[in-house]
Amino acid sequence: MADFQIKKTQKDYDVCIVGSGAGGGMAAYILANAGIKVVLLEAGPLYDPAKNVTQLKWPWESPRRGASSSLRSFGDFDAAYGGWELEGEPYTHKDGTKFDWFRSRMVGGRTNHWGRISLRFGPKDFKRKNTDGLGDNWPIGYDDVAPYYDKIDRLIGVFGSTENLPNDPDSIFLPPPKPRLHELFIKEAATKVGVPVIPSRLSILTKPINKERGACFYCSQCNRGCTVYGDFSSSSVLIKPALKTGNVDVIPNAMAREVQTNAQGKATGISFVNKDDMQEYTVNAKVVILAASACESARLLLNSKSVLFSNGLANSSGLVGKYLHDSTGASMGGILPKLVGRKRYNEDGVGGLHVYSPWWLDNKKLDFPRGYHIEYGGGMGMPMYGFGFGMEETNGKYPGRDGKQKAAGGYGASLKDDYRYFYSASFGMAGRGEAIAREDNYCEIDPTTVDKYGIPVLRFHYNWSDHEVKQAKHMKETFAEIIDKMGGVVTWGKDGKENDYGLEAPGRIIHEVGTTRMGDDPKKSVVNKFNQAHEVKNLFVVDGGPFVSQADKNPTWTILALSMRASEFIIEELRKQNL
Amino acid sequence: MDRRKYLKTLAVGSLGAGVLLSCEPSKDTAEAPKEFMIDRNPQEVIRERKLLSEKFFDDHEMKTIHILSDIIIPRDETSGSATDARVPAFIEFIVKDMPMHQIPMRGGLKWLDIQCLKRFNSDFASSTVQQQIEMVDAIAYPELAKPELQQGVAFFNLMRNLTATGFYTSEIGIKDIGYLGNRPNQWDGVPQDVLDHYGVKYDERTLAESVKFDE
Repeated sequence: MADFQIKKTQKDYDVCIVGSGAGGGMAAYILANAGIKVVLLEAGPLYDPAKNVTQLKWPWESPRRGASSSLRSFGDFDAAYGGWELEGEPYTHKDGTKFDWFRSRMVGGRTNHWGRISLRFGPKDFKRKNTDGLGDNWPIGYDDVAPYYDKIDRLIGVFGSTENLPNDPDSIFLPPPKPRLHELFIKEAATKVGVPVIPSRLSILTKPINKERGACFYCSQCNRGCTVYGDFSSSSVLIKPALKTGNVDVIPNAMAREVQTNAQGKATGISFVNKDDMQEYTVNAKVVILAASACESARLLLNSKSVLFSNGLANSSGLVGKYLHDSTGASMGGILPKLVGRKRYNEDGVGGLHVYSPWWLDNKKLDFPRGYHIEYGGGMGMPMYGFGFGMEETNGKYPGRDGKQKAAGGYGASLKDDYRYFYSASFGMAGRGEAIAREDNYCEIDPTTVDKYGIPVLRFHYNWSDHEVKQAKHMKETFAEIIDKMGGVVTWGKDGKENDYGLEAPGRIIHEVGTTRMGDDPKKSVVNKFNQAHEVKNLFVVDGGPFVSQADKNPTWTILALSMRASEFIIEELRKQNL
Repeated sequence: MDRRKYLKTLAVGSLGAGVLLSCEPSKDTAEAPKEFMIDRNPQEVIRERKLLSEKFFDDHEMKTIHILSDIIIPRDETSGSATDARVPAFIEFIVKDMPMHQIPMRGGLKWLDIQCLKRFNSDFASSTVQQQIEMVDAIAYPELAKPELQQGVAFFNLMRNLTATGFYTSEIGIKDIGYLGNRPNQWDGVPQDVLDHYGVKYDERTLAESVKFDE
């Protein structure tokens, strides 16, 4: 017998799903509840926020005081395993361009730590080419997706306020929390300069919606995962109940290598390496659903070459990996002098912002296309690693408790008091905007590099255009205007032309989408309007890959809606024996 | 379960360890744990065991870090000093964890000793308290320091940052700063006396649509 052999898992399944984040979790949930036998491959370990606890821990319970490490990029208490770099799993760049790729390998994926900002796309967001002639329209519109947004609102829960805005459709909302003090002042100032501020829209349960999940108890730590499942993560809200049906087997630490196909050009299953025993396996299924994240699913397709699919699976259009786009981002912050030394009280609130600004302007009067929303931060949060850093940039800019302006920096009792004094006064704001999807921003297979499993890795090619830079400039001008009106002092984020107005590198906002975009024309798209590969009818992609454009909204709510829609389509097609 | 009972269960149940801890009087004793007390994935366990078994600073360096950290954060009427909060142990860990700090810290400590040798004919730790303060005064104020002492300013900025972060993320420091969160509660808006102090109030619409807790 050879040293090396490929083992076949014993059971055959109706559906094999790769990835357990928002898209994969939703597919598993819908299919399993319809009685379909599902195998779910996850490249990381099992994870349950009720068992893998960092919530309500104190900073000193981490010797690095909550700082990030290479194994947990967003800090020691953050729920995301992994981050910008994974040991033994590199990615590369072409032509000196930049793209940062955040990977979270664990059941639930990046939904374990995400910001819970749950925004519907609006009618205009699906048809942006009609407005500005750039990019392409989606093959579907808001009316196609709205019924699924409704179902997701009810299934998962989201708070917010009914506003009747034309392109920011209301969800079926739970009541929002009241604004914090700095949010009241931001709202007052922003409103005066014409920027609307409304309650945020987060998938956090301000009221219980079922017996399986507890209501929010306002610790502001959603990014750590919630032990009572008071917020949305795929691990707690989708995977856990899907497992309860008895119709789902999860294989953790299973790193997918290729989609297997037969002579008829249909997908037959997935080959994967099990990270625990480093052995090779295959699992067979009638339908294959990729939900490994936009870039990872593209990688899987491009690596699945065969005689029939010499260019990679489902890729005769050559568009797999193309049209990669992430949200734009820029931010600014400082201190609000009237909040220094204020009375202490528990200001944690929910995880993240209680108010935000949806896009409010008409591009006809602007020098860039598309828009952005603004997220606000601040308040008396838990000190963590980094607290107090850069006091020499603050305490020389504004008078201290005694009203005297002192020299920046210092030491001793006076410095110690500065930390207390300025603690309650900091705030920040960040824009998250829509980039234009372009064919020449892409990921592809690096011709010379493999990861430690021998899987060829991705190489990225991504440049921002003038559109995005001008958007960042507009963000900064808006922030400065709000801060000035509020009477705030800017202590960070004053960027200019020399660094593209602080526009974050592509990938940093972790909203990357577009790599397997949907469309009616197989020459110009990878999947159809039901997330089904044009060329392989029993192959689907339900992560952010099928997005044609990504709006100035966070993508998760739309990934969930489209995955649910695709899953219902799969159920119907399986029933008709069409797949 | 009604909401009050629900919160109470949370406070004493599986989540409660951290919450109960906060109710005990602050003790100026061991804080830096030998092992992490939070969720770890298998890779982290391996890496962190290794980190915790290593030693970076030698005894002389640690002695200097003790003195400097207490100059930066001394005991006052509100709370203890940096060494009371075991800041030096935190600094020892964090430079092992973040190698980018290693050369600036090791080199900065050496720079400080050489400066003191030139000025006082003794290393920093062996200098008199008066001499130590004279040295610190020369590098603690970035905008006032002489150009030829800028390396010392950079080192002191780092030392100030690490000391402050280590202190205010300790149990003593959290109490000092007055952070009152990290426990189950009901956020029902800014307390009325604070709203009154600032002369602001929630508008009718906000009051009507926001979550209420008396139902």
